[in-house]
Amino acid sequence: MAKEGHGAGSNRPRLSLHVPEPKGRPGDPANFSDLKIPEAGAQPRPDEHCAPKETFPLCDDLIRVLGDDNFAHGLWDPQLHPDKLRAILRDMALVRAFDDRLYRSQRQGKTSFYMKCIGEEATSVAATHALDFEDMTFPSYRQQGILIARGYPLVEMVNQIYSNRADKLKGRQLPILYSSREYGFFTVSGNLTTQVPQAVGWAMASAIRNDSRISASWTGEGSTAEGDFHSAMTFATVYNAPTIFNIVNNQWAISSFSGFAGSERATFAARAIGYGVAGLRVDGNDPLAVYAAERWAADRARSNHGPTLIEFFTYRAEGHSTSDDPSAYRSAQEREEWPLGDPVMRLKDHLIAIGEWSEEQQEAMDKELAEQVRMATKEAEKNGILGHGLHHPFHTMFEDVFEELPWNLKEQSEAALRERKLKWPE
Amino acid sequence: MAGMIHEEDDPVSLADAPTRRLNMIEAINDALDIMLARDPDVVIMGQDVGYFGGVFRATAGLQEKHGKTRVFDTPITECGIIGAAVGMGAYGLRPVPEIQFADYIYPGLDQLVSEAARLRYRSAGEFISPMTVRTPFGGGIFGGQTHSQSPEALFAHVSGLKTVVPSTPYDAKGLLIAAIEDNDPVIFFEPKRIYNGPFDGYYDRPSKPWKAHDASEVPEGYYTIPLGKARMVREGETLTVLAYGTMVHVVESVCREKGVDAEVLDLRTLVPLDIEAVEKSVKKTGKCLVVHEATRTAGFGAELSALVQERCFYHLEAPVQRVTGFDTPYPHSLEWAFFPGPIRIGEAIDMLLSE
Repeated sequence: MAKEGHGAGSNRPRLSLHVPEPKGRPGDPANFSDLKIPEAGAQPRPDEHCAPKETFPLCDDLIRVLGDDNFAHGLWDPQLHPDKLRAILRDMALVRAFDDRLYRSQRQGKTSFYMKCIGEEATSVAATHALDFEDMTFPSYRQQGILIARGYPLVEMVNQIYSNRADKLKGRQLPILYSSREYGFFTVSGNLTTQVPQAVGWAMASAIRNDSRISASWTGEGSTAEGDFHSAMTFATVYNAPTIFNIVNNQWAISSFSGFAGSERATFAARAIGYGVAGLRVDGNDPLAVYAAERWAADRARSNHGPTLIEFFTYRAEGHSTSDDPSAYRSAQEREEWPLGDPVMRLKDHLIAIGEWSEEQQEAMDKELAEQVRMATKEAEKNGILGHGLHHPFHTMFEDVFEELPWNLKEQSEAALRERKLKWPE
Repeated sequence: MAGMIHEEDDPVSLADAPTRRLNMIEAINDALDIMLARDPDVVIMGQDVGYFGGVFRATAGLQEKHGKTRVFDTPITECGIIGAAVGMGAYGLRPVPEIQFADYIYPGLDQLVSEAARLRYRSAGEFISPMTVRTPFGGGIFGGQTHSQSPEALFAHVSGLKTVVPSTPYDAKGLLIAAIEDNDPVIFFEPKRIYNGPFDGYYDRPSKPWKAHDASEVPEGYYTIPLGKARMVREGETLTVLAYGTMVHVVESVCREKGVDAEVLDLRTLVPLDIEAVEKSVKKTGKCLVVHEATRTAGFGAELSALVQERCFYHLEAPVQRVTGFDTPYPHSLEWAFFPGPIRIGEAIDMLLSE
């Protein structure tokens, strides 16, 4: 066909580009009219060993256990002992107390940066309770709940956040990018989604070695757009890797709503379908549903039935980080009106409803946890806060680039020490 | 390192070891075979490396011998291959992924640069990434712009990565075993133009097989060549030529044909660099030529040139010269116009010697 300049195709309809827009901006009322929230207990629960496609209807559903009556319902009820429920509640409340205090520490200038996970505690805490301690976790940056659920010392977390002389990571990482091999917590990257193919590789290694441990990764809904996510899903399905993909859909990636990761067209759980991986979509603010889904996936992986993708549908109640102000881009009412409630309150209300807890006990626990966090920060402050001199010695900057120090780093290390002596001759 | 044999330390053992004449592919295959047998943590993965044995045959027979969970094919996702290798390393394995062509490595770059290279540092040694990424690189095989690149400078620039380039079958085996045993991530660039024979730079002359070359005598069994030790290819007095990979052979043949008394150093590893060998040679000859096939601007030659200038300035009798590929993509039909062949190298030598 001959080209006829700008006139070519002039009788065709004009194309237009769709740029997603959230339902509410500052000044607008919150609008959750598109949200379909099914009854708690209404969702079918396929066998853990089922074919992946039996789970596909659940990718467009929402697994819920705790009803508006505060009781557990349906086949997904994990039927946990009240002691276990109280342990999950306590860990979630501790995460909240920790976030509250460390957020204030950042505001007081004790460190450069902090990230809270308010509203999302169940997605890390309840999920971790459903795994074995020996299972390896590959977190993103908002899974402090994993460390807390595994009993990692709070003071070590604060040392890391203050980048002080006791920081086990030698002050090299941005606050909250923790690492603990001992607690099965992979070093958190600042680059998004890199941990997801790594978790698959770890699971493959465990299978190669005929081990019994599995891996689990966490990533936000926004970062499922990264190529790493799709590489990881392909690897996982090809090798039937014993791993769990936890997608924490908290609706917001800094100021970009989930539509920029594709939520207008399909759920994030539905990503599983194209890869032939089992998929579950879960009320992420329902700790019992989170526990039950993670346990289902863990049992499936552990019995060599392969990977599972779980979308935890939740809400980022606060800003992305201490450097963010959500009132600049989203409706101010969204947080209070979030229809799936608050995970800590929902589990507390459940325990009270079944006669295993009380408001007084909750209040006493919150006080105790706040004190526990306060003591940990006081203890950590003895080791210094960011920018006040009590950091690791200078030469450590050059260590761990390689196992052994090559000549160029030796020379640069000497140069750095000379600079230091010129600045502080004493 | 216990049991390490290399030419400098233990010539007796090496001389006593039975040798065979191998080409570079066979030597690499031998190194992989030995490491799969010695170390149960070693796993090999990559596109077509399993049943088929790799598009260049480097892994031929290894899956059959060592099993499908030690040597296996992967999906076509370099990001997935390197990312999974990082996870395997964190578990405790020692993965040896193959990237089919160095030109394909870029989708895995974030996993190499931000992850593999940084794990040790960011976790203060809790997690390491002891992987060796094998990847064929360089041109001269009519591969066009996506099967000919030499991206070594990109990797040498990254703190935490080691960069190795063998130039003979003997070196390929010893360096690859050392790379696999190294606890840091290593990018092992295999100069594919010299897989089957050394290359004198004359594309229009008959190619020579490795059999006629001394360095194709490869001892059986385990030996290593330490990373960071350059190889003295030939001693000389009038100038120093720094080269690696394919260019070592081209330089050597140019010097021979011109009858130049040049000292040729094969760097073998760019990171860590054998700076002592470089300094010693340049201080002796007073002149330095750097040769690489990669594009010129911000190539590794620029680093070498700067180092020589910083450390040997008062011994230099002429400016350091670079002979490189041009700053263009690798062209298909004009491949040999791009390649830094005997004419470009010869002119640079003449210029240096006339100073």
